[in-house]
Amino acid sequence: MTVDIDKTAGPEDTPPAGPEAIKAIPVRHYGRYVSAVIAIALLVSVIYAFSQGKINWGAIPDYFFDDRIINGVLKTLLLTVLSMLIGVVGGVLLAVMRLSKNPVTSSIAWFYIWFFRGTPVLVQLVVWFNLGLVFTYINLGPIYKDYWSSFMTPLLTALLGLGLNEAAYMAEICRAGLLSVDEGQTEASHALGMSHSKTLRRIVIPQAMRVIVPPTGNEVINMLKTTSLVAVIQYSELFRVAQDIGQTSGAPAEMLFLAAAWYLLLTSVFSVGQYYLERYYARGSSRTLPATPFQKIKANMLSLGRPRGGNA
Amino acid sequence: MSANVTKAESATTMVKSEGVHKSFGPVEVLKGIDLEVKSGEVFCLIGPSGSGKSTFLRCINHLEKINAGRLYVDGELVGYRQKGDKLYELKDSEVALKRRDIGMVFQRFNLFPHMTALENVMEAPVQVRGISRAQARERAGQLLERVGLADKAKNYPSQLSGGQQQRVAIARALAMDPKLMLFDEPTSALDPELVGDVLDVMRDLAESGMTMVVVTHEMGFAREVGDSLVFMDGGVVVESGHPRDVLTNPQHERTQSFLSKVL
Repeated sequence: MTVDIDKTAGPEDTPPAGPEAIKAIPVRHYGRYVSAVIAIALLVSVIYAFSQGKINWGAIPDYFFDDRIINGVLKTLLLTVLSMLIGVVGGVLLAVMRLSKNPVTSSIAWFYIWFFRGTPVLVQLVVWFNLGLVFTYINLGPIYKDYWSSFMTPLLTALLGLGLNEAAYMAEICRAGLLSVDEGQTEASHALGMSHSKTLRRIVIPQAMRVIVPPTGNEVINMLKTTSLVAVIQYSELFRVAQDIGQTSGAPAEMLFLAAAWYLLLTSVFSVGQYYLERYYARGSSRTLPATPFQKIKANMLSLGRPRGGNA
Repeated sequence: MSANVTKAESATTMVKSEGVHKSFGPVEVLKGIDLEVKSGEVFCLIGPSGSGKSTFLRCINHLEKINAGRLYVDGELVGYRQKGDKLYELKDSEVALKRRDIGMVFQRFNLFPHMTALENVMEAPVQVRGISRAQARERAGQLLERVGLADKAKNYPSQLSGGQQQRVAIARALAMDPKLMLFDEPTSALDPELVGDVLDVMRDLAESGMTMVVVTHEMGFAREVGDSLVFMDGGVVVESGHPRDVLTNPQHERTQSFLSKVL
C-alpha cells in the first residue's frame, strides 16, 4: 500500500465539519483477472465440446412436454410428496420415541434408525420388491387378503422403500430440533397447566421447526433426486420414462439431458418454496423478517440510482 | 409429622411446608424446610445463591419432586395423594390440573418467542381452560393494560425489553386466575432501570390481595410490600419474621453477614 494517511493530522486539527473522504488508488488484484480468464476459458471449452458432440439437441425440446414425460414428472412429484409425508410423520414419531423416558420405545427407535440409516436405500428398495420370497400372502384378517405380488405394486414398494428410509433421517433432524428448544419453554408451559402433548404441539414443535425446516428442505430436494432410483423396480417415474423413450426414439443421451433439466427445474422450484417456509417460521425469532427476493430486488432498484456510502 | 390439615387451617393457609427435603443426586439442596404462607400475604424468600430458595419455589408447583417431608398448597398435598398411610404419585394430568391455579414467573421470563405478547397471554386460557378465543383475547387485552403494555400486544417477545417481557409474563400467569403466584427472582435478569416497572406491577398485584411467594434480592421491595420474610442459607430456614424486623434487626449471625453485603 502506497497510500499515505497522515495519522498525526488527527481529529483535533481537522475542522468539526467532519473528516475529508479518503481518495486513494485501490490495490490492483491482477491474480483475479488471470483466474477469471482461466475459468471462463475452461467453461467455454466445455460448452463447445458439448455443442460439437454427437448430440441431437433439437430432440430435447421436442420431447420436453411429451405426455409420457409429463406423466413421469407427475409421478416423480407424487412419489416425492408421499415419501416425504411418510418420512416426516415417521420421523416425528421416531424422534419422540427416542426422547421418551420409556427404555423400550427409545431402544426400538434407536434400532430402527440404526438399521435404515445403515443400509443403502437402493438395497432397501430391491428388498421390498423381493419380499414376496418371504411372504406369499398378505392377510389382514377380514379386511384384506391377497397375494403379496399383487399387493406390493411398484408404487407401494417405492413408497415404503423411500419413506421408511427417509423416516430414519427425519427422526434425527426432528430430534435435533426438539432438543434445540430451551427447557424453560417446557417449564413455563407446564407451570401454566398445559399437558405434555399440548406443550409439545403448541410450544416446543413450532419453535423446533426453525431448526427442522432448513435440513428438511434439503431432504425434499434429495428425495426428489433419489426417486430416480425407483427406476430399478419398474415404476415409471421421470428417469425410467426418459430411459424408455431414449431407447425407442434412438436418442438415449438426449433424454438423459432432458431428465436432468426437469430435475433441475423441480429442485429450483422447491428451493424457492423452502425459502418462504423458513421465513414463516422465523417470525418472532428476529426483530425483522428477512426480505423476500422480490423485496430485495425492489430495495436494490431503489438504491441503484444514488448509491449511499463511499465504498466504491 | 401429621398429614392432617383441618378445614379451618386450610382456609387461611395457602402453602404449608413440613420438613421438606430435596436432593439432586448426592447434593442435598433442601434440608428440612418448615414454613407457612397465609392466604393473601406476600411471602419473601431471601438468601445467598445456592441456598435452595428457587428450588423450594419450584417444589411448590411440582416442577421439582421433593424427597421427604410434606408440602401442601391450599390444603392439598403437592404431587401426591394420601390414602391411609400410603402415598400415591399423581398422574401428569392431575399435576397439570393443580398447576392451573398456581401462576409462576421466571427469572428468564420464558415467554413463548413464536407468539405475540397477546397470544402469549391467551395461550393457556384457550388451551387449558377451553375459553373461546374472542373471550380470551378480550381478557388478555385487559391484563396487558393492567401491566401497562396495551400498546405492545402485537409485538413479539424479541421486540420487547426485558422489563416489558417480564410484565407480559406476569400477565400470562394472571390470565389463568391463579390463587397463588410464585415469583422466581423476577427482576434479577433486568437492567437496573427496568426493575422499577416490574416491581410496580407486583406491588399493584399485592395490593389486590393476591397470595405471592417471591424469591428476590430486592430488599426494598421485601421491606415495603412483604408481609413475611424468610432468610434461607444452606438449605435451611435460618431466620423468619416480619420483613421490617428481619431486615433491620437480624438476630442470626448469618443473616447479619448476608444483609451487610446486600444492603
